[in-house]
Amino acid sequence: MSTGKTTLDITGLKVTIGGREILRGVDLSLQEGRVHGLAGESGSGKTMTGLAVLGLLPHGARATGRIALGGRDLLTLPPRELNKVRGGEVAMVFQDPATSLHPMLSVGRQLTEHMRHHLKLDKREARARAVELLGKVRIPGAEEAYGRFPHQFSGGMRQRIAIAIALACSPRVLIADEPTTALDVTVQAGVLRLLRGLCDELGLAVLLVTHDLGVMSAIADEVSVMKDGLVVETGPRGKVLREPSHAYTRSLLDSLPGETA
Amino acid sequence: MSAMTSAKESADAAPRVRSRRGVHPLARFLFRRILTAVLLAWGITLVTFVLTNLVPGDPVTANLGQRALGDPAIVAQWRAEHGLDKPLWEQYVLHLRGVVQGDFGVSQQSHRPVAEDLAQFVPATLELAGAAIAVSLVLGVAFGVVAALRRDRLPDHVLRVLSLIGISVPTFWLALVAFYVFFYRLQITPGSGRVDPAIGEAPAVTGLQTVDALIAGRWDVFVSAVGHLITPALVLALYTIGLLTRFTRSAVLEVLGQDYVRAARAKGLPGRVILFRYVLRSALVPVITVAGLAFGSLLSGTVLVEAIFAWPGIGQYAYKSATTLDLPAVMGVGLVVGVVYLVINLIVDVLYGVIDPRVRLQ
Amino acid sequence: MKRDPLARKGLLGRLPEAWRQPLAVVGGVVALAWLVVALAAPLRAPHDPLAQELPRLAPPGPGHWFGTDQLGRDILSRVLYGARVSIPLTLLLVVLSVLIGGLLGACAGYFGRWADETIMRVADLVFAFPTVILAMVVAAALGASLVNAVLAVLVVAWPAYARVTRGLVLGVREREFVLSGRLLGFSAWRSLRVDVLPNVTGPVLVLATLDIGTALLLLSGLSFLGLGAKPPSPEWGAMVAGGVEVFDSWWVATFPGLAILTVVLAFNFLGDTLRDALDPRTARAIKERAL
Repeated sequence: MSTGKTTLDITGLKVTIGGREILRGVDLSLQEGRVHGLAGESGSGKTMTGLAVLGLLPHGARATGRIALGGRDLLTLPPRELNKVRGGEVAMVFQDPATSLHPMLSVGRQLTEHMRHHLKLDKREARARAVELLGKVRIPGAEEAYGRFPHQFSGGMRQRIAIAIALACSPRVLIADEPTTALDVTVQAGVLRLLRGLCDELGLAVLLVTHDLGVMSAIADEVSVMKDGLVVETGPRGKVLREPSHAYTRSLLDSLPGETA
Repeated sequence: MSAMTSAKESADAAPRVRSRRGVHPLARFLFRRILTAVLLAWGITLVTFVLTNLVPGDPVTANLGQRALGDPAIVAQWRAEHGLDKPLWEQYVLHLRGVVQGDFGVSQQSHRPVAEDLAQFVPATLELAGAAIAVSLVLGVAFGVVAALRRDRLPDHVLRVLSLIGISVPTFWLALVAFYVFFYRLQITPGSGRVDPAIGEAPAVTGLQTVDALIAGRWDVFVSAVGHLITPALVLALYTIGLLTRFTRSAVLEVLGQDYVRAARAKGLPGRVILFRYVLRSALVPVITVAGLAFGSLLSGTVLVEAIFAWPGIGQYAYKSATTLDLPAVMGVGLVVGVVYLVINLIVDVLYGVIDPRVRLQ
Repeated sequence: MKRDPLARKGLLGRLPEAWRQPLAVVGGVVALAWLVVALAAPLRAPHDPLAQELPRLAPPGPGHWFGTDQLGRDILSRVLYGARVSIPLTLLLVVLSVLIGGLLGACAGYFGRWADETIMRVADLVFAFPTVILAMVVAAALGASLVNAVLAVLVVAWPAYARVTRGLVLGVREREFVLSGRLLGFSAWRSLRVDVLPNVTGPVLVLATLDIGTALLLLSGLSFLGLGAKPPSPEWGAMVAGGVEVFDSWWVATFPGLAILTVVLAFNFLGDTLRDALDPRTARAIKERAL
């Protein structure tokens, strides 16, 4: 399914917050139907990279460089246009579904509101599509789940719901920021398999941000390693994880118990 | 709007969350709350009774003149008349039995049943306090949201100083100043009372002058009643506006930092949808709690404000009965005020349930 | 950013920054000025606050900068002397509420069970009444005097501290350094005094600063109703009440009212800034419970 067609192209991305350089010129490109893993320690700037794509950087942050999506530069897009891209063409799944879903709004509402906004669906169409999506992310009893609230689901189920919400408007790019970190080990594999399957089935370009190289080796096609706001190494998964060329990648791999090849 | 959509949602969810016994969780939730409220109401009768009986002041000296006090027969007769010769516990049992039947005893001052007095004065105060809390909620929440969205910029600083002034002004003094400036000097507001005496009151149905005027179709009475209501209500509201502004600001700021707000922005929803549906919904929970408590401070304020504006409400009645140690009246006021508090708490609890499904679907 | 177990140190560490805020500076200066007035009133007041001289109800002007009241007393002098009545009593009131409420709250939080139940249910009952009405009944029952008004305000003021202290103590009680102290065999009282108390002091002090304003408003409100200071005494609330009868002589009520306003505002400016300097979690505990 992988065609190697570039969907999102980040070049020379720099982000400063309060005079401090958080990102110092990041280059990344995401291909259709490919999962691109972004690894690195906490503070290396991987999450900032993900947030910068959606223009969700914290208050007072300044971003320069270029984030190209379908011939447009997301960094210079007017707010209105950017809002159409958010959720519509680029969607995001956050780390902890316990906090990223609104606790007081029903699953159905959180699934349909951006569909109705972006795709101009009416209530019934949106509902039908929402139920279909819930089935696609394997929520048992999708019809019933539609009217329930996040607290009535387990952590793994909530993250599936968050993924369904992200996919609702058929985006081309999905940014998943540590999507399994907050979940029990037993359900992590299921969520990862789901992501991989959706990527293949829908031709999504996925940016998988994680510090967990185990997660990375399970589903990523490409791997980039970040350190101190720079991408120090990029390449196919097998190459980067087996024959790391950069000393930092080696040290990351060495720190894994029993994971080193 | 949010209440309606939420009711809709709860209807959607309802069939699936019925408990085994088939009682709707919202009904059980309400039942529990009401039971607690009844217990507290009983506690209040006990407290008002103890408070008004175990204190050194003697109602006899407060009510009878010097001459009558010199005559033991008159004093004894007066005590018997008001049931003060019986042992305390018996007085309490009698009092409680009366209260349950809606009989609060006879006021020693007005010589009318306390229940009658209360029925006359309570609606006036509720109208005043209700108008004040409505104004406070609208302005306080609006100011608080603006301050939070413009955090650390000019509007935030200005609103901070203004709201601190609002909670620092002595209500009784502000009432006097407002009366002097707007009525006496500028003559742009009507004076004391609830309606212009030349127009006359609408026939009492609810006791709320504005509502009664509308029921009677008396537009002139309505205009006059609203005109009389504005100044005291605003004076009363200033403190709660300040309070709610500060609270809403911090509540909104806290919610703005939540993951689900960032997630909503990542979905590309328009700013106004995020503000009203995502941010305000969560921020309103603490704000409602404070508003409930603020209603109590409004009732406190009525004691001070009603005196200046000659507003015939429970505040003035409470003041008169407290200073003359009119025990049945004081107990009646205490009970009514306590019950109003409980009802407000109940409303707050129910609003929690409406806003937050986690409360409703326990 | 982990919290320093010695919250007191953290508060003091952040104090200088808080004091540099314009609001805190204004509040501090005004509050200090009033304290000086309270001390120096006999030296600086132009007239005897009780002396009844002609002209009566003179408008503000040279000689009587704030005018005179219906008995010909100089209002400026009375306002200055009023600081000697209201400010010490208010401070005393807040100190007593902190001590009583704090002690009861700490016991409730630390010992739990029946102590907690009893103390907090009583606090709930007090909370179920509007402050002015409850204080008014208590003051009326005790008889109108300034001391009784203070007692009445005390009755309604302590539960706020009890709640805050209880909440904070509950939060601290389970923390490691307190538990380890208990495991080392220190007595409950020792751990309450040495481990728990220092962590609770900062927030309670901030709450007390904010409460000075509330207490003064309540106290002067009772005097306004005639349940506090006795007539000749230059108490601000009573002076405003005196102005009601002659409200077309606006100066009689205006200046004592402004005195109350400025004192309350000064302490609220201070308290609000100090609260921001506290760490957010404790600050929220104060905000939610301090009503």
